Amino acid sequence: MKQRWSRWALAAGALTLSATAYAAGPNAQMLANACAGCHGTNGGSAGLTMPSLAAQSKTAIVDAMKKFKSGERPSSIMGRLAKGYSDAEIDMLGDFFSKQKIHFTGQTVDKAKVAKGADLQEANCSRCHLDDGKDGKDDTPVMASQWLPYLQMQMELYHSGKRKMPEKMAEKVKPLSKEDIDALLHFFASVNK
Amino acid sequence: MTLDRRNFIKLVGSASGLALAGCATQGPAVSSGSAAEIMPKTTRRVVVVGGGYGGTIAAKYIRMMDKSIEVVLVEKNDHFVSCPFSNLYLGGLMPDLSPLTIKYDKLVANHGVKFVQAEVTAVDAAAHTVVTSKGTLKYDRLVVSPGIDFRTEEIEGYDAKTPELMPHAWKAGPQTVLLRKQLEAMKDGGTVVLAVPLSPFRCPPGPYERTSMIAHYLKQHKPKSKIIVVDANPDIASKGPLFRKGWDMHYKSIIDYRKASKVTAINAGNKSVLIEGLDEVKGDVVNLIPPQRAAKIAQKAGLVGEDKKWCPVNMATFESTLQKDIHVIGDSSIAGAMPKSGYSANSEAKICAANVVALMNGREIVPLSGINTCYSYLSPDEAISVAAVYALKDGKIVGVPNSGGVSPADWSMAKTEAIYAKSWLNNILTEMST
Repeated sequence: MKQRWSRWALAAGALTLSATAYAAGPNAQMLANACAGCHGTNGGSAGLTMPSLAAQSKTAIVDAMKKFKSGERPSSIMGRLAKGYSDAEIDMLGDFFSKQKIHFTGQTVDKAKVAKGADLQEANCSRCHLDDGKDGKDDTPVMASQWLPYLQMQMELYHSGKRKMPEKMAEKVKPLSKEDIDALLHFFASVNK
Repeated sequence: MTLDRRNFIKLVGSASGLALAGCATQGPAVSSGSAAEIMPKTTRRVVVVGGGYGGTIAAKYIRMMDKSIEVVLVEKNDHFVSCPFSNLYLGGLMPDLSPLTIKYDKLVANHGVKFVQAEVTAVDAAAHTVVTSKGTLKYDRLVVSPGIDFRTEEIEGYDAKTPELMPHAWKAGPQTVLLRKQLEAMKDGGTVVLAVPLSPFRCPPGPYERTSMIAHYLKQHKPKSKIIVVDANPDIASKGPLFRKGWDMHYKSIIDYRKASKVTAINAGNKSVLIEGLDEVKGDVVNLIPPQRAAKIAQKAGLVGEDKKWCPVNMATFESTLQKDIHVIGDSSIAGAMPKSGYSANSEAKICAANVVALMNGREIVPLSGINTCYSYLSPDEAISVAAVYALKDGKIVGVPNSGGVSPADWSMAKTEAIYAKSWLNNILTEMST
């Protein structure tokens, strides 16, 4: 890492003069820690409508942040916050969260819906949302164990057109009923190992 | 003598070596005439004072970043009640304060933080010692996150009994419960007076959210009543246009907002406040929030600056500019553009923790990146927010240009934000307590 030794800090009242060395910029952990107040320590969320960022695909995070920044993806505060980060910092954030251990929420879900959702996801989602949603192909987000209310809110945003559904996803989702979608979300929310 | 990086590290290394040696020679023996040492220091140690939004996070993150550093969290209570969201309790939207209450057992179990329930009565900065109601604690570095104290001397007639008569409810707990009881006991047709102090104070949007929540309660249960807000500030101190919009929509006939109205005296017998010593405003319930400064322990420890109110710090590390090896975070500190909010305290604690660990290991300072997010409820299902990202520029904390801001003026996000705010609370309290 590039280092800068130009700063000298003299603490008022302190008797000793000390050289304080500063790194070139915030490191990934410093950047990510600030997010944790809302997204949980190391990105493991305890808030029903906040996504866990832990173990999320790096590309998905970078993509989401850039879309929040441009306004392409609708948000309440994320757009305002994303504008505070450079592309390099967004890359560091994505990298940091992608390397954290997946956060299992252990939430209560409807077992019948989970069983139905398991079959549906195998047929419709599993080519991109890999390994029960614990992994993602390219920019596909990790869905496993995300809070059900968060998943439901995102699906509503897709249906309303406010969030643009990827074409491949739209092809699969279109033929599905409301009940099918609900079962699918229950399935992804239920994944706990 | 020139200091290059290698020398700097050597110096820091030898300094901590000396500290350890010094500790070892003292041993566990208690010196006569002074309070007993609670836990003799046998390794590198950080003591954290205050178990709120800042202190819990500083303690946890120092342990997460360096397990070889012992962290002792000192807090006078065995639990903490969150100020954020306590206005919802006042508005009758929360049956009690239990959803806002955290304990410390999981911080201890999960991170090996050592918890001491005691009141800190003094700090001997030269001796690197904290004096508590249970004995003394030695430290290599001290993190102080003690919250606020009130400048009650600026209100004529304010005495020890005033908080019972005119609760501030600006530290969540018994005061909040008292104010709620007074609101419940008030007759329909009564008047609530809410007095807002001059900025800066803890939680800039807090008084206006409280106004909204009390107005909601009155509208539902005591519709002939009103709330008079006497605000010492030239106008609403935070999210002004959005609060006005919400008040116009929901509480037009209930809220009487009076700007530039500073309470300078009270008349306890009349249950009234006096604006600039002249206009008397009488209430059946008076929520008097006095002007503020750093908590008493910050004053006693010599951490308060020339303004006699707040603690100046090196904004890169939150180390006091007045006392070496003591860091001040949260409402007590002067943190540049970062407001006195719970989320700021959380973010400052992490910045401080990273750099306490860096300093104790002779590593370079990590330039800060911070966030504040703050939601305020206007009604049970509508909330507004302010958010910002912070960075260090020329030694000062500043908002990153062209980022941050408040909710859209068209109110399009108010219902969504009321939902998100609850997740904010769940996450931030979980961060503090696990």
